[in-house]
Amino acid sequence: MSVEQEQRTLRCLVAKVGLDGHDRGAHVISRALRDAGFEVIYSGLHRAPEEIVQATVQEDVDVLGISILSGAHDTLIPQILEGLQEYGALEDTLVVLGGIIPDEDRAPLKSEGVAEIFGPGASMNEMIEFIRENAPER
Amino acid sequence: MSQRHLVEDLLDGDHRALARVITNIEDRRPGYRDLVAELHQHTGEADVIGVTGSPGSGKSTLVDKLAATYRDRGLTVGVIAIDPSSPFTGGAVLGDRIRMASNIGDMDVFFRSMSARGTLGGISTATADAVKALDAFGKDRILVETVGAGQNEIDIVKTADTVTVLVPPGSGDDVQMLKAGILEIGDVFVVNKADLPGSDRTVQELREMLHHGGGDVPDTVGHHGASDAVEAFDSTGDERAGDEDWDPVIVETVANEGEGVDELVEVFADHADHLDSTGGRAANARTRYAAEIRRLLREDVNDLVAAELARQGGLDSFVGRVLDRETNPYAVADELVDPIAECVERRREN
Repeated sequence: MSVEQEQRTLRCLVAKVGLDGHDRGAHVISRALRDAGFEVIYSGLHRAPEEIVQATVQEDVDVLGISILSGAHDTLIPQILEGLQEYGALEDTLVVLGGIIPDEDRAPLKSEGVAEIFGPGASMNEMIEFIRENAPER
Repeated sequence: MSQRHLVEDLLDGDHRALARVITNIEDRRPGYRDLVAELHQHTGEADVIGVTGSPGSGKSTLVDKLAATYRDRGLTVGVIAIDPSSPFTGGAVLGDRIRMASNIGDMDVFFRSMSARGTLGGISTATADAVKALDAFGKDRILVETVGAGQNEIDIVKTADTVTVLVPPGSGDDVQMLKAGILEIGDVFVVNKADLPGSDRTVQELREMLHHGGGDVPDTVGHHGASDAVEAFDSTGDERAGDEDWDPVIVETVANEGEGVDELVEVFADHADHLDSTGGRAANARTRYAAEIRRLLREDVNDLVAAELARQGGLDSFVGRVLDRETNPYAVADELVDPIAECVERRREN
């Protein structure tokens, strides 16, 4: 932890999108990121894609972590990615997903701009490590 | 680098550029000073409103409703919400955005969460600079929201033209807390959650305290802290000169229902008119810039000495010598500052 103190503070938006009331995971992740020294902005529940785009652009976060367990990822995630593109925010924001994403849906999402998908069983350390290594240079 | 473009893009209304400028300010990246310096000439148009109060008093909800009300009136809004960060990991959870439900997808409300990143006074500089960025961007109203719990927070709200203090009803303890320093900085007091029992009493208590406090509060309350240590940087007068003849107004609101918010906006407008007609706005700006210059001087001189200290082997070696009675703290301070003073003197002679 102390080794990391000198590096710049990474900002992360943890977002819940759409009609999906399961936020335990998002809370646990927010807490873990906070303890790892991140600045975490939590969106709250039931956010529309455009709200998440607005928050990502305005907060200038390094990482956007979207939690989705509703199965609507094929519809909602591309809307968010397009919105980020529109504001020129996609290329320097690391987008990661968490929740329930079936294997067959992963490749298309990744090709559209999602950097990594963390499903059930993923470890916090693995996720934090991934973010530290892949956070965009600015 | 691309900083020149950043300022141009910001002035052109590019949201991403505004966001990045604020990031540079927060991180104090190389060159951020030039950015802020360039923005300065484009500032001075916005009304800045500070909102403070204890945790859970409804600041974020009120700010959301205020932003929506201003938007209805055709004005653009910037919000800076400051939350504490962990002193141990530096991490923070910034949750003020959760309450921003009335401005979904409306990019003309620019909401930015900031954390108090631990450095004393640092957040005041960062907030003041972020306000400048929003001002230069062309926001009509800028709301600065922070938990009111100490000197740092009070310094932050001083960047505002109008300071609003939220008081939840039935909170004898909170009113006690207000005595400790926040009472004399408020221009407007909002008893939020006014639908809860006990709100009438809170209004009454507040009114009594404000009327009592008015005469008793010594003028010097506003300035204390580090500035006292450095006479040369001392302030030139009353901290909030424009407010002398302004009677603090108490407004009752139920922020989550939007009740009382229109009235509050009117009170803000009254205060803005008051500042304009009495010259208070200009006076406040003067004290604000004076404070800012003092703060920067302190930081820069500090950096200068820190660099000299590092060059001479760091603080520890001096401490060791002091412990061994080879020297004393005063001599160490002289030893470090004298060469710098000499340089200044030589410059002055030439």
